[in-house]
Amino acid sequence: MAVAEESGRTREAGREVRELETAVVRFAGDSGDGIQLSGRLFTLSTALAGHGLETFPDFPAEIRAPAGTTYGVSAYQIHFGGRRVRTVGDRPDVLVALNPAALRVHLEGLAPGTVVILDSGSFTERNLRKAGFARDPRTDGTLASFRVIGIDISDLTKRATAHTGLGVRECLRAKNFFALGLVFWMFDRDLAPVEAWARARFRDRPAVLEANLAALRAGHALAETTEIPQLPSFRVPRARFRPGLYRALTGHEAIAFGLVDGARRAGLPLFYASYPITPASPVLHQLARMRGLGVTTFQAEDEIAAVSAAIGASYAGAIGVTGTSGPGLDLKQEAIGLAVMAELPLVVVDMQRAGPSTGMPTKTEQSDLLAALWGRHGDAPVVVLAASGPADAFERAREAVRLAVHHMVPVILLADAFVANAAEPWRIPDLAREPDWPVRFRTENGDFRPYARDDRMVRPWVVPGTPGLAHRIGGLEKDEFGRVSYDPDNHERMGRARWKKVLRVAEDLPPAELEQGEPGDCVCVVGWGGTWGPISRAVTTRRRRGERVAHLHLRHLWPLPRGLGELLRSFDHLLVVEMNRGQLVRLLRGEYLVDARSHLATRGRPFAVDEIERAIDAMVEEHCR
Amino acid sequence: MTAPRLHPRDYRSDQEVRWCPGCGDYAILRAVEKALAAVGADPDRTVFVSGIGCAARFPYYLATYGFHGIHGRAPAIATGVKIARPELDVWVVGGDGDMLSIGTNHLIHAVRRDLDMVILILDNEVYGLTKGQISPTSPVGTRTPSTPLGSVERPLSALRVALAAGARFVARAADTDRDLPDILVRAHEHPGTAVVEILQNCVVYNDGAFAHVTGREVAAEAQVRPVPGEPLVFGAARDKALRVRPEGGLKMVRLEEVDPADLPRFDPTERELAVMLAALEPPMPVAMGVLLEDPAAEPYERALRRREEEAAAAGPTDLGELLRTGPVWVVPG
Repeated sequence: MAVAEESGRTREAGREVRELETAVVRFAGDSGDGIQLSGRLFTLSTALAGHGLETFPDFPAEIRAPAGTTYGVSAYQIHFGGRRVRTVGDRPDVLVALNPAALRVHLEGLAPGTVVILDSGSFTERNLRKAGFARDPRTDGTLASFRVIGIDISDLTKRATAHTGLGVRECLRAKNFFALGLVFWMFDRDLAPVEAWARARFRDRPAVLEANLAALRAGHALAETTEIPQLPSFRVPRARFRPGLYRALTGHEAIAFGLVDGARRAGLPLFYASYPITPASPVLHQLARMRGLGVTTFQAEDEIAAVSAAIGASYAGAIGVTGTSGPGLDLKQEAIGLAVMAELPLVVVDMQRAGPSTGMPTKTEQSDLLAALWGRHGDAPVVVLAASGPADAFERAREAVRLAVHHMVPVILLADAFVANAAEPWRIPDLAREPDWPVRFRTENGDFRPYARDDRMVRPWVVPGTPGLAHRIGGLEKDEFGRVSYDPDNHERMGRARWKKVLRVAEDLPPAELEQGEPGDCVCVVGWGGTWGPISRAVTTRRRRGERVAHLHLRHLWPLPRGLGELLRSFDHLLVVEMNRGQLVRLLRGEYLVDARSHLATRGRPFAVDEIERAIDAMVEEHCR
Repeated sequence: MTAPRLHPRDYRSDQEVRWCPGCGDYAILRAVEKALAAVGADPDRTVFVSGIGCAARFPYYLATYGFHGIHGRAPAIATGVKIARPELDVWVVGGDGDMLSIGTNHLIHAVRRDLDMVILILDNEVYGLTKGQISPTSPVGTRTPSTPLGSVERPLSALRVALAAGARFVARAADTDRDLPDILVRAHEHPGTAVVEILQNCVVYNDGAFAHVTGREVAAEAQVRPVPGEPLVFGAARDKALRVRPEGGLKMVRLEEVDPADLPRFDPTERELAVMLAALEPPMPVAMGVLLEDPAAEPYERALRRREEEAAAAGPTDLGELLRTGPVWVVPG
């Protein structure tokens, strides 16, 4: 995308300078090459340089896949520039490929003129064969349309780090820092923040620190001297941000922070129980480091134990939260139904990943929506929220706590592998200036009925230890007094009440609102969750062309926002864009009888902007001219 | 507690008990009420957690806090309760299906973690609420609607599972045993997960399943009741004893044939002996009573709380402060 927006190329001191509104850089290499670290450090530098940014870490499920194979390729893409960046970028302007397999995997879709930096030292016959190249792509014309810069990064890294006393293998592990040094020069970045980071990180391993710093500087120096005159440099403007204090925020950090903030505002301890699963585990890790903030984390023996322990904790007066991903959501469903029946607060964080079954555990998808909404036996309504990006994940996580504790209901917060791992700049909110919403447990004796409801249909929360209010709850149908009941009318009444209670949560949520456009536009693109960025960008480019296209993005999937039906019906055509085989579209058609159409893809990676643009264009072409 | 001591019946809820007439669960319920009265339990600070099955109806019949959960998950729910509120007195009640089939995993891990709670396994060697199928503790050859030809699978032993998971308190009793309340009191006093297997008679689907062990006429011969500091003597005439074989396991000997000084004396803190005792089955005497009581370690929830307090003293305790730590940058106004 950035290439298409490229505003010019000039030359300075004989070397090419490319000016871009936004740029996309992709690092790729073996999963043991430190690609994710390079990406994160480049992100840190990008944030400190004042750009808007969005990142896309993309790694295999194998921790150390066999070296040199295509399935062991790990990548990290960052899109940054002089505006609020909403997407990860469709195509890179610079691709750094540390071996032939990385080139092979990322060759598809590269635009002409892309700068491709290769570690020529890794282009051995053996590695080419492992990557599936019959011939050397550098010489057979495969790369003819790109600006290919081959540098023997392996050999230069070895030489730059020889003095550290480390073995050759260890020295070679600094390759990622050498590549980072090169890219830093291309984007005129300051090395100091990365050096400071490395000093802290490798404090206890001085030789490794020295190797990484030496490789970083050697890469930077090589680019600076004119030994590779064909290496262009880039000028990318800073973005204009709202004044304030910023940090980079990933989705999993955001969820951890949001849960902690929510629990604090509710005045409750946070109990987070989880069983390790990709890509949800980082939330457990983040919260486990936050124990001084009223957080207890519990690594359970399985997914069912995790949700059951969370329910136990909520029953005892904490806010019980469990985190998981698709397969784990299936396992938790029976217990979520128990929380529905017992009417206890519970938050379930589901980091969706490509399914079904084990699917592609590290790849993103939005295919758990209907499972979250209707995936339990019996009529078991819960509140379902979806995070549209890291900053939104913070808001949704604390909202999930608020809704759960104030409506005595389980809340499923859907995020996805992309939102979990993506990073974006985040203006740190002034938490002290926002209102708390403390929970009040019922403690008064007299006329206590465990399932008596207030005007919002919510039953009282009485925690064990409260004098005089001992009572029994559970999964059997009860009457208002908490007595087991098989009375037909009681079941009818209680079933309605559970349903209505959840629907009335909508009164506690903002009404349906457009992201862009006006009610009555010809086309409304409807999305939910992690597709916000590419949809938002695609709608912007179409509106700039004068098309009557709007963007509606749902963060509350159940109950649906007030006024949604009316808003949807105001448009001539609806285009629902989602990463599944058609889940939101079924919900909207079923709820509102609207003739919504779909654009669907399940490739395990975020939508490209131009893919959504084409889908919009086709609809506009057919209906709006 | 300054509250007046309660009578066992004060722990009874107003709910009508709906077990079959003659069910062993009635006796167990009475024993639990007696134990609660004996330890002076505060009903408002006592929580009974259960799963699914006949035994799991327990919480409804007690005037304490109660949570009737889902099949097999009671130990996990109780774990959440106890970690969140260590000051609560937590009891888990389940049957052999709940605890040794669908929820065995949770039983094992609750015991391994060693939270301060009591787990009662009401074993009747049959599925009652689903009408009489074999359970994980049914003997080989049991004929039921699901095994009309007789079962071919071997049974699981609750106490051997608990011991393998590292339990530090295990006990076995029959539903009608007079010392059941005392055993429950000791289980309650144990600072960790105490597992009590209660042989419970199901009058409808498995009547008399334990008669060969618990029957009044046979009990003295069919049971050994270890007494701390004493040799493992049993028999109506107190004429038999157990000794340890050199190759492991216990062997039955006649007292007249051995020098009493050579017999092992029961030490309730000795795990190896408890493992051997728990494994005894007919024709050897079945070991009843408290088989292991080793109160050495710190319960899970206390160790966890201590670490959290240490973390609170060391790290940031304010989210706003935490958000500002690490790489941040200012966009000037």
